[in-house]
Amino acid sequence: MTTTLPAAPPPGHPQPFTGTYTLGEPGQIDAEGVCAWFSGRLVLETVNLTMEKSKVTALIGPSGCGKSTFLRILNRMHEVVPGAQLAGSVKLDGMDIYGAGQRAMETRRHIGMVFQKPNPFPAMTIAENVLAGLKFSRISPASKDDLIEESLTKGGLWNEVKDRLGELGGALSGGQQQRLCIARSLAVKPRVLLMDEPCSALDPTSTLRIEQTIKEIADEVTVVIVTHNMQQAQRVSDYCAFFLAEENQPGRVIEAGRTELIFGEPTDQRTFDYVNGQFG
Amino acid sequence: MSPDSISQTAPEGVLVTTTSASTQSNPVVPDPRTPQPVPDPVGTVPPTPSAPRPRRLPTPIRPSAFGAQDVAVLVGAAVSSLCLVWIVFYQLTSLSGGLGFLICWYLAFLGLTWFGTAQVIERQVATDRVVATIVVSAAMLVVGIIVFIVAWVTYKAVPSIHWGPLFTKDQKYFQVADPNALNTVGILHAIIGTFEQVALAVLIGVPFAVATAIYLNEVRGFGSRTVRTVVTAMSGTPSVVAGVFIYSMLILTHVLSYSGFAASLALVVILLPSVTRVVEEVLRVVPSGLREASQALGAPEWRTVWSVVLPTARSGVVTAVLLGIARIVGETAPLLFTAFGSQLINWNAFSSDQGALPLVIWSDVRQAQPVLIDLAFQAAFVLMVLVLILFVLARLFSRPKGKGGKRKANQSEDDFMARIFIPIPIEERES
Amino acid sequence: MAIDLDLPTRQPDPDRQSAVPTPITITRDYSTPDKVFRRGVQASGLGVFLLLVAIGSFLAWSGWPAFKVAGWGFFTHSGPVQIGSKADFGVLASLTGTVEVAFVAMLVGSPVAICTALFLSEYAPLGTRRSLIAMIDLAAAIPSIIFGLWAFFELQPNVVGLSTWMGNHLAFIPFFKVTSPPLNASIFIAGLVVGIMIVPIVASICREVFSLAPPGEREAALALGASRWQMIRTVVLPFGRGGMIGAIMLGLGRALEETIAVSIILGGSYKVTTQILQHGGSTISQLIATNFNQSGGALGLHDLLLCGFVLFLLTLVINLAASAIVNRSRSGAGVDL
Repeated sequence: MTTTLPAAPPPGHPQPFTGTYTLGEPGQIDAEGVCAWFSGRLVLETVNLTMEKSKVTALIGPSGCGKSTFLRILNRMHEVVPGAQLAGSVKLDGMDIYGAGQRAMETRRHIGMVFQKPNPFPAMTIAENVLAGLKFSRISPASKDDLIEESLTKGGLWNEVKDRLGELGGALSGGQQQRLCIARSLAVKPRVLLMDEPCSALDPTSTLRIEQTIKEIADEVTVVIVTHNMQQAQRVSDYCAFFLAEENQPGRVIEAGRTELIFGEPTDQRTFDYVNGQFG
Repeated sequence: MSPDSISQTAPEGVLVTTTSASTQSNPVVPDPRTPQPVPDPVGTVPPTPSAPRPRRLPTPIRPSAFGAQDVAVLVGAAVSSLCLVWIVFYQLTSLSGGLGFLICWYLAFLGLTWFGTAQVIERQVATDRVVATIVVSAAMLVVGIIVFIVAWVTYKAVPSIHWGPLFTKDQKYFQVADPNALNTVGILHAIIGTFEQVALAVLIGVPFAVATAIYLNEVRGFGSRTVRTVVTAMSGTPSVVAGVFIYSMLILTHVLSYSGFAASLALVVILLPSVTRVVEEVLRVVPSGLREASQALGAPEWRTVWSVVLPTARSGVVTAVLLGIARIVGETAPLLFTAFGSQLINWNAFSSDQGALPLVIWSDVRQAQPVLIDLAFQAAFVLMVLVLILFVLARLFSRPKGKGGKRKANQSEDDFMARIFIPIPIEERES
Repeated sequence: MAIDLDLPTRQPDPDRQSAVPTPITITRDYSTPDKVFRRGVQASGLGVFLLLVAIGSFLAWSGWPAFKVAGWGFFTHSGPVQIGSKADFGVLASLTGTVEVAFVAMLVGSPVAICTALFLSEYAPLGTRRSLIAMIDLAAAIPSIIFGLWAFFELQPNVVGLSTWMGNHLAFIPFFKVTSPPLNASIFIAGLVVGIMIVPIVASICREVFSLAPPGEREAALALGASRWQMIRTVVLPFGRGGMIGAIMLGLGRALEETIAVSIILGGSYKVTTQILQHGGSTISQLIATNFNQSGGALGLHDLLLCGFVLFLLTLVINLAASAIVNRSRSGAGVDL
């Protein structure tokens, strides 16, 4: 039971992203020379990172070293903060999302985000929550019910809420709310899903469930996840990038590579210290 | 406007077919320790933290909302709507009126912007733009009206002001045919009246209000919820009702005559709930740790309030008083029934009619003689300047004097400013 | 191997009852200065309560003679009437006028105020936000008599043209029917100026409520590809619904009680009218204010005082209801998701 969104964009709805892809295929992000400022203060310096398609990339490191800032640059949420500036290029399947004429709203349809604290819309029902992204982008799916079922299944929530789709979104437990947010983000079939510490506010059972979800969706969506939890990074991710901000320095990527190597044979002493729990 | 597109002079992004070869363009520093069989697609920064690296950072950009395309659509909509409305107005129909033209142009502009943006960009952006235009223009309209009112009063009053007589004479000697009329009339009687009435109202009302606020916040008893509801209810009492109340209770019963004192009692009825509300909130902001520290030192309750709580809240209380004065200085309706208004100077606030600034405006603006109308405007100007000065003073006073918690204090101070004039209810507090 | 600890053991005392100990009651013993202080502030609170009761009572008592004479006819008749054998007065015209002025004011003022509040909380650049907020609050401080002057000399001449146009072209709506010029001193113009006066009130409360909308939900909407307006419509407005209603009710209370600006515009009339564009009209507060000085007219003193009582009750009810709504929206609003 697959639902495909209309392949051709409706008239009056131009798609700046062109290239060899179809809607819903996982995408690849290349970040080059990314720097970030907050009110004139440099917080992230020259990050070069590639997030492979169909893979899970984890951004690890102690708190305050710019992982979340970098993540938010990837879907143009960084500029929502007043006084925020950035530099560098971020390319989704070859197209620079900060290029001239690119709209942030457009980008965010292709690069979704799940936040640390679950935030379903409390005034909407569960079904409406799942379809919220489609309503914003003015996409009408072929079958709403099928899409809801598909998204909730991918998010790992279908069995628990299939009888109560009409309940309000705020009536679920924390873990369920987070899975609802994941389902909501998946409903618009993004190419990349960014996750900013999605499990840090949840109990271990929900955490495991969501990690399972991440592994299941990696075929269809590239996942970039920021996590404090090193064991979680080892469990879910294929690639890791270690961020660090030394004293009075902006954050940088110290080392990046396959997860087994970062944790097993890190090249940098600081990486070694971090993954072995010496700090952070 | 929402930041949803970039206006950079960078060339359009190059279309790149996604093959794995393209990712090798990232410079990868080969590291002897990394096993090479699987090409590592992720770039690695060389691990030498102490090595000096060139600090040539790229210039920061902030993606902006407007591109050339967006500006073109807006300008095009403005011009074409103007032409459209002009044609409709003057060529096709016999509509008239500058105000009507502006309204029609505005509506046509909104419509054409929506259509233009929907065609050139997309509907989502079009609706967003139109809503942003409506919101911004509503706010600008409000601000424009306020500025216009202030400027207009100034414009009507200042050119004909004779500063000397204004502040030293009253209207006793006014004669219609007197060519020197402007030099013989002034508003001294009004200034004296307003000053005395407001001063008496503050002297009576502020201690009452502060005591009630202390009751609601510090001492709290059985009736504090009731009293809080009462204060909220009273803050919505119309000013004319306050005047009528004092009239029926004190003047009709011949306890008092028409006097400035009766007016100040009516003003107390208006001042009391507003100042009580604001002072209660100010007291609430005082950290409870201070009170506990004082109690731990063995201070009795009154001492805690007097020496610890009130001094900490001093700037807030002063702000509340200043704004309360600004509120009652402009009230006209209660004075109609109590001070009654007078053309003559009356230094005695406790007997016989007394004038006041709002009363002078009220009575003189209906007169036929232009001199008196000018006088009314001059009184209005003085009143307005008085309110503005009080407002500015209140803002200066409420600026927090320390570094701690500066941001939060600023936010709450903005809300304090409004509460005197706006009957925002106090939040219920769990005792 | 059991360890033998040489600890003093205590045999349970069979005489003592193994009951839960009762807590001791602690009484606060206030010193005399403290007692005086407490009694003093309690008296102050009581005084405020008594003041409100006094206002209601005196107005009712003073207005009673009029009600005794006219009965409910006071509210159903308009102008000088003959009720029974006594000549009295009916305020129906003023009642309808009050409602009409308030209606126009809310219709004009609420959307402008909500848009202004949205601007201040969502669209205004940070640097200018505080000054703009201060300026809007300043508008609440401008005395109503100055608004009245401005409306009389500046607004009215400009709006008369608009009224003429509306009367000519929109006459199919019964409110806008116009029988003859002049069209100044109309309920429409009075409603316009009162509408401008309530904007700072409604905008201030709405702005406060909007800024409390949870930032997490805002980010969620933006991250799904919403434009700013879609985010506002999905997150901010539903969140602020209760506050907006309360704000509008408080604005309504203010509109009902506005006296001076309305009195400068309206001339007063004894005729019930629904033609709001037409010259003439009266509101209760305007009736009280402008008829006070006239002695020997049909409008007696007690009639005026009864009007005052009615106005007092009306604004009391609306303000209490509005406060309850705003408070409830606040306490529900602070719930963490």
